[in-house]
Amino acid sequence: MNNNFMIIDGSPVPIEGEKNLLELIRKAGIEMPTFCYYSELSVYGACRMCMVENKWGGMEAACSTPPKAGMEIKTNTPRLRKYRKMILELLLANHCRDCTTCDKNGKCKLQELATRFDVHRVRFDNPKSEPLIDDSSLSITRDANKCILCGDCVRMCNEIQNVGAIDFAFRGSNMKVACAFNKPIAESNCVGCGQCAAVCPTAAIVIKDDAHLLWQQLNDNDTLAIAQVAPAVRVAVAKEFGYKGENVMGKITACLHRIGFDLVFDTATGADMTVMEEANEFLERLENGGPFPMFTSCCPAWVKYAENEYPELLPNISTCRSPMQMFAPVIHEQYKNCGKKVLSVAVMPCTAKKFEAARDEFKDENGKPYVDIVITTQELIKMIKQAGIVFEDIEPEAIDLPFGTMTGSGVIFGVTGGVMEAVIRRVSDDKSISALRNLAFEGVRGFGDIREFELPLKDRTLKVAAVNGLGNVAKIVERIKSGEHFDLIEVMACPNGCIGGAGQPFASTHEKHKRGENLYKADKLCTLKFSEENPLMKELYSGMLKGREHELLHVNYVK
Amino acid sequence: MSSVLNENFDYGQLDKIIEQHEPTAVIAILQDIQEIYRYLPPEIFPYLAEKLHTSESRIYSIATFYENFSLDPKGKYVIKVCDGTACHVRKSVPILNYLREELGLDEKKKTTDDLSFTVETVSCLGACGLAPVMTVNDEVHSGMTPESAAALLGSLKEAL
Ligand code: SF4
Ligand code: SF4
Ligand code: FES
Repeated sequence: MNNNFMIIDGSPVPIEGEKNLLELIRKAGIEMPTFCYYSELSVYGACRMCMVENKWGGMEAACSTPPKAGMEIKTNTPRLRKYRKMILELLLANHCRDCTTCDKNGKCKLQELATRFDVHRVRFDNPKSEPLIDDSSLSITRDANKCILCGDCVRMCNEIQNVGAIDFAFRGSNMKVACAFNKPIAESNCVGCGQCAAVCPTAAIVIKDDAHLLWQQLNDNDTLAIAQVAPAVRVAVAKEFGYKGENVMGKITACLHRIGFDLVFDTATGADMTVMEEANEFLERLENGGPFPMFTSCCPAWVKYAENEYPELLPNISTCRSPMQMFAPVIHEQYKNCGKKVLSVAVMPCTAKKFEAARDEFKDENGKPYVDIVITTQELIKMIKQAGIVFEDIEPEAIDLPFGTMTGSGVIFGVTGGVMEAVIRRVSDDKSISALRNLAFEGVRGFGDIREFELPLKDRTLKVAAVNGLGNVAKIVERIKSGEHFDLIEVMACPNGCIGGAGQPFASTHEKHKRGENLYKADKLCTLKFSEENPLMKELYSGMLKGREHELLHVNYVK
Repeated sequence: MSSVLNENFDYGQLDKIIEQHEPTAVIAILQDIQEIYRYLPPEIFPYLAEKLHTSESRIYSIATFYENFSLDPKGKYVIKVCDGTACHVRKSVPILNYLREELGLDEKKKTTDDLSFTVETVSCLGACGLAPVMTVNDEVHSGMTPESAAALLGSLKEAL
């Protein structure tokens, strides 16, 4: 008989390697309230919402107690309910409670749990009734008076991203999350990845909201409004509308038209240009002997991180602009004489793109940014709702001409390993379907932190790697510095790549992986798999881009 | 983070301190630094972050957690007037008031602009039998009155 089980609320639950009681309780189908627990972060045990009662009446925090065979616990007793309610009341007591006008209204964990545990009044005076905003960053907005000190952001920024822009400062009732010297976040080493906002249970850290800016500029007859939509967006929207679709690019396109965009393009087209340029650059480097490894340059948070931490590696970073920033100048060239004011918008899974769009490197001849506004997937969803569009009912529409074609290579940019896979497709000699399949199973795909593999090319063997999550960069850089050779390394700042971008709706790791699989499915459905097969590439390279590739598609981050 | 270094700052001294400790012993390192400067100068934060492989915000977190660390420059003479129960009862407040008035300081402004004097209170120096007590740079002066404090301050001023 298997004795390896414990009793939760009277029912036996088998222990199958769970790290803590919380995981086991959730496996048993009970939704435990938590603020400070995320399976990918270290256990902090601070919020005490996850307390359970053992058979002797003792209390234990489920997140920080390992399961033991024979243990008996209860998750919902009068005492536990009373304690949880008290904790919530105390949290609300010094929390800026402007719920109806709060960015997180309806999506806030504190609000949700306060409702669930029936907190109807707060008996204490509130010293933090007004918002205390830091909107210095282009990527995230902080409101210190909405912070419940769960530390999720601090552990995300330190443990997973290894940036350490924020930490706890001061002590006791003065404690808060702060940058060094309490400086505004924009003056810190924050890279704008937004992962802190993705885990913050309240509106203490949220994505910078540019949707209202966009509304102001749409629906003007003298403006030609153009949107480009990044690959990862199409697989993260449906669920928010309770719609059972996977890749809803067609519906997104229709929504954007309805919202007021004259033209909708696919950033995967920009990604095809990136593949062309990046592959060329890589082949050139192979010819000229380096510098190796060549790092990808699509992720603006990674570029910023490299600028902060590894300026010596900047020459190794590809000079290719990101797909968004390759596509935007092409759009600019195409429409600059159209007689209307052009509004260039990018819909991205990413908060760092907002910052990238504002970089000096990406401005046109008049000093105007190539991309005027970046909205994230979350902002797009909000705008669709604000417009009153019934997502379920809207008929899918096609991408507009003249940039209406893209390839599978461009689409998989949204998942970790995708950029590398696309570049390898381009440089490898064997373009057969079986070669493609082999490549997919060779180790490029998957969600491991660092995935490396070797690949024969002409007379040599290439060593390539895909890294996701900035915290893993230091590991590979250390190996490089101790002499290990890599030819090509893809880095995506967000765990799992852009599908896990902080601009996407909140998702579990499992759901993020599903998004990735759906992008691979989208690739499968593309007739064209290789970027060079995209007829648009031929047209652009023999037309608009001829002799101007460097000016329009490349950038040098080395100062 | 590779920050711009301040040319006028002696980083060599920091290196020596860092060498004497494990890189994780941040508190001990900060204590040694404070010993030299009497506070934690802003220049040390980016430098330590890089050398100790941690972040500026983490060091700031530690420095602000402990009362003992100061981020504000302190005077050449740090005068601590004990305001524990015993000293308070034996009239430490007039001594404190005298010093503050004489030096143009108050509860918020603790250090003179010329960085000569800092006047602080402490909760108990553990020398209640000698109340009221004050220390000048860790040298204990017992049984103080505003008058003896005036004499002491005078001699300190001369020694500046
Ligand atoms: S945006 Fe990223 S780098 Fe900046 S504070 Fe948040 S987690 Fe850290
Ligand atoms: S900012 Fe948000 S995630 Fe960070 S400690 Fe406060 S409530 Fe928690
Ligand atoms: S989730 Fe267990 S203490 Fe916060």
